[in-house]
Amino acid sequence: MNVAPRHDVADAAPRSLGDWLLRWETILVILLVVVIAGNTAISPYFLDIYNLSDATYNFSEKAIVALGMALLILVREIDLSVAAIIALASLAIGLAAQAGAGLPVLLLIGPVVGAACGAFNGFLVTRIALPSIVVTIGTMSLFRGLAQVVLGDQAITQYPKNFTVIGQSYLIKWPPLPYSFVIFLVFAVVFAIVLHKTALGRKLYAIGNNPVAARFSGIPVDRIRFMLFVLTGTLAGLAAVLLTARIGSTRPNIALGWELEIITAVILGGVSIAGGSGTIPGVVIAVFIIGLATFGLSLVNVPGIVISVLLGLLLIFSIATPIVVRRLMKSRTT
Amino acid sequence: MQKPDASSPPQGGEPVLLLNGVSKSFPGVRALNDVSFMLRAGEVTALVGENGAGKSTIVKILTGIYNPDAGEVIVGGQVRKFQSPRDSWAAGIAAIHQETVMFDELSVAENIFMGHMPGQKFVDWPQMHQRTAELLKSIEADFDPEDKLKQLSVAQKHMVEIARALSHEASVIIMDEPTAALSRNEIDDLFRIIAQLKVEGRAIMFISHKFDEIFRVADSFVCLRDGEKVGDGKISGITDPKLVSMMVGRPIDQVFPKRDIAIGDVVLKVEGLSNPTEFADISFELRRGEILGFYGLVGAGRSEAMQCLFGMSAASSGRITLNGVPLTIASPVDAIASGISYVPEDRQVQGAILPLGIRENITLASIASHVRNFFLSKPSELDAVRMLGKRLDVRAAHWEQRLGELSGGNQQKVVIAKWLAAKPKVIILDEPTKGIDVGSKAAVHDFIGELAEEGLAVILISSELPEIMGLADRVVVMQEGRIASIFTRGTWSAEAIVSAATGARKAA
Amino acid sequence: MVCGSDRIGSNRGTEGRMNFLLKHRELALSLIIALMITGISIYAPAFASFENATGVLNDTSILCMLALGQMMVIITRGIDLSVASNLALSGMLSASLAQNYPDLPVIAFIAVAISTGLLLGLINGSLVAFLGIPPIVVTLGTLAIFRGMIVVYGGGNQVNASEMGDIFQSFPKVTFLGLSTIFWSMAAVALAAWLFLSMTRVGRGLYAVGGNPVAARYCGIDLAPQQLLVYSLSGAISGLCGYFWVSRYGVAYSEIASGFELTVIAACVIGGVSIAGGVGTVAGALLGALFLGVIVNALPVMQITPFWQMAISGAVILAAVVVNARAEKRGVKLILPEARLAAGAAK
Repeated sequence: MNVAPRHDVADAAPRSLGDWLLRWETILVILLVVVIAGNTAISPYFLDIYNLSDATYNFSEKAIVALGMALLILVREIDLSVAAIIALASLAIGLAAQAGAGLPVLLLIGPVVGAACGAFNGFLVTRIALPSIVVTIGTMSLFRGLAQVVLGDQAITQYPKNFTVIGQSYLIKWPPLPYSFVIFLVFAVVFAIVLHKTALGRKLYAIGNNPVAARFSGIPVDRIRFMLFVLTGTLAGLAAVLLTARIGSTRPNIALGWELEIITAVILGGVSIAGGSGTIPGVVIAVFIIGLATFGLSLVNVPGIVISVLLGLLLIFSIATPIVVRRLMKSRTT
Repeated sequence: MQKPDASSPPQGGEPVLLLNGVSKSFPGVRALNDVSFMLRAGEVTALVGENGAGKSTIVKILTGIYNPDAGEVIVGGQVRKFQSPRDSWAAGIAAIHQETVMFDELSVAENIFMGHMPGQKFVDWPQMHQRTAELLKSIEADFDPEDKLKQLSVAQKHMVEIARALSHEASVIIMDEPTAALSRNEIDDLFRIIAQLKVEGRAIMFISHKFDEIFRVADSFVCLRDGEKVGDGKISGITDPKLVSMMVGRPIDQVFPKRDIAIGDVVLKVEGLSNPTEFADISFELRRGEILGFYGLVGAGRSEAMQCLFGMSAASSGRITLNGVPLTIASPVDAIASGISYVPEDRQVQGAILPLGIRENITLASIASHVRNFFLSKPSELDAVRMLGKRLDVRAAHWEQRLGELSGGNQQKVVIAKWLAAKPKVIILDEPTKGIDVGSKAAVHDFIGELAEEGLAVILISSELPEIMGLADRVVVMQEGRIASIFTRGTWSAEAIVSAATGARKAA
Repeated sequence: MVCGSDRIGSNRGTEGRMNFLLKHRELALSLIIALMITGISIYAPAFASFENATGVLNDTSILCMLALGQMMVIITRGIDLSVASNLALSGMLSASLAQNYPDLPVIAFIAVAISTGLLLGLINGSLVAFLGIPPIVVTLGTLAIFRGMIVVYGGGNQVNASEMGDIFQSFPKVTFLGLSTIFWSMAAVALAAWLFLSMTRVGRGLYAVGGNPVAARYCGIDLAPQQLLVYSLSGAISGLCGYFWVSRYGVAYSEIASGFELTVIAACVIGGVSIAGGVGTVAGALLGALFLGVIVNALPVMQITPFWQMAISGAVILAAVVVNARAEKRGVKLILPEARLAAGAAK
């Protein structure tokens, strides 16, 4: 059998408007527009620049952790202990403050404790080969439990002024941008560049889609997964700094339940829970959708728990709709 | 419509299963074309053919995984349409698979009766255990109905599968490479059971690559090539070489025109490479421009030894020298950096990343070379992809196409391209033509010669004798984790290689 | 030694005993619990009293029931994060029925709680089975939705003990042999779960589906109906627990049992239920729950602040998974004849 003449292969598929419209990010942008329009319609105060700026306080800390979580879920892992890490890191900050530590120590100790917690998770997952969901259910109890042991039913509320100012004031005066929001934006840009424009990002997609083949292709799969746990822990520690500074207190139940809100944002952002697909812009838009929807509804006095119903519905509908649409399209063609 | 038994002698039992003009196509591949044959009660029919000849497609049609595009399956005189494995099972067809896929955590009895346990809603455990004990006794198995499956050896698991087939009074039993993982004694046990099944009047379809087994156990044969039946008849009416040429369809020597390549200096030297349970004392030399074949039965430890060389697993002892420099290879990262590439056997799991695009796959193992000032350079990637893609004649719509959308052969070309992009000095190809269509196969063969000509040192692991004899300069034969012998082109014969692989001489 | 571990189950010999305990997790766990109880009793003799023992059992019964429901879900490779929210919503509806019709027979309150739970479970099951959405995503969503529905339904009001009426509240206080009706309900659920999982064809099929979905399909067992079933059962059990929780603690509001889903999963993990599916026993889940229950009840007796509770259960969960991982260690290939021989000899 002769080899047929070599044939031409195009560089890329012709771009079609349909493909672009069906992209998850496009759907998210439309959702975001709907959220903004809806909020503007029900509350005249929504579009006030200072109101919007205050709104970012409520989601920036979670959004920072969501960036790390997105990468973990992308490589088929998960970290349920992030909120507990925030509690433990906040405790460390509180203890340091009680001991009279200066500002640099207060700022650094959070991320350092977070990184250590992340390394512990990463060690159990990559070295002992345990499923991350089980490991982090355990460490979630362990980390928050340790904070509870030390704090009991007390709270640490004595923080120096130069520390709390970080959580309660604007980094840039006009437009008014809080520290946490600026940090989130910077991280979002860095994460997007690393994931979508560098060799490391390519490796993450390879691991998420096929860890075995990735390992055969010379990618240090376990080392990368370990580093991602450390990274996510560090971001949780950073979130602890911002949150502690903002509310000026450390209680055992600080950031309770955040892990589920963070994971919801990541999944809504289009990161597949099965790994291998998702984008940082998607996660960022999802964070804005959730943050602004929550803020807008609270402006018109909808209770937080009712908002969480809407977010739960949003999560399930956003995942279910493409499945149903695909099925309907399939049944039409066959 | 051709009569399936036209060339079969009229003796033997009643026909139990008939395949009548069955065809099946997949995108890009015609897997089966108008295949007809029959299985008779009390007879073992060997289904022979090269990899990719259509054997596994037939098994999947008979077990209800695929529906044929054309033709019919007739069991017990009735035309059957299997919508699911359940239907095939209900029609009395049971399959024993190459790799036992059952329930490790459940008991032997449950594994045998899963899906058809005795009792109405509640399981009738006493009856189930009693029937299991009887079944196990009938095949002289020495384990207990209540043992968990995970406690058993591979051979014992095979016996459980056989008992499962018997539990249902299956009239047709398909055995797909049942001996691949068995020792000699275990194979003897299996053949004893087969003899017994024949006495009970069951029809057996036996699939194996080992000719000695086929001639020992089969009564008749059906030979497939490229999805078509190319012959059938009584096993007593055919000889070993005739069957081989029927399978291959052309004299072996002309299929793979061996290039005349000057063999250079030693590139890779492996001395005493060992692992506690998988292989021992692997020593060989590989020269520039040389194609070194590795032949052996499935499970002889060839892939394991090569994966160790590639850094996927740790060796307990041994020395590896590349161009005179001793190497420490702790991971594939080290191996790739030293210039060793390994194209793995399991394309779907180990080689290709199907959801990613062709470009992303091809550049994956050499991604660092496309980094410009921290960022990945897409133009640089595309240059490499166009060059390699053209060279390997990858057929695709565009370079961003998802690998999963290509045919098996084209996927394999992409995987090989990925490894060439890493600019290796030594390339190890593990079963590079397994399960790909004939056209792609020829392209891959041609390409292997081209690589050697360019001065690469090539290791070719293959279970296909014609392939390895056609391409290799020397052949290392492995058996049960050790090198049994090394043959040089010109002084070898197919018989000698096969008997070294099966350990026939040693066993005597 | 290395090669033998994956193939040998009931072996004798020196390292056999350790293996035996690892393989018979329920026995090992019973021993550990017994040792723990002995140790605590030596330190604080009051712990060994009959009253305390029944107290522990009564306290732990709700966790036991939820762990059984969760286990069935995990066996099919799923997870149900919504159990605690389901419990809260079912309990709320049941309590609100009692608030409006305090004179109804207790069976009506229980029936409402169970059917609410069942319905919520069916929602989970349908989304998982028919739409193929990953269980963790579905139940993460319904976790928020179910709990939020309490506020949507009740406007954020809580139902207090004084509003529930006596019939509603007295049932869990009825005792038989010193043990409450909650315990006896748990015993009934456990017995039913055992009968179902080990005696019925469908129950055995759950293990098949979770252990090897492909092989299960070859055996004619489909995943979707099984998923619908286990999420419904888990939901119904959560509903029943909702009634007991609310009637026992005398209050229904949106925050009850918040975060309890993770304790339930922890009990399963400690009890040897593999998150990878296909493995888990009724005895294991019960012992896992009992283990956590003993710790919770022992802390005050040992004059340790209850603030230790969470950290200890976290450490226990991690220890349990590490030990289980050791027991399930994957084997290596046995190719060399001497390796096979060694493995054969060990057997």
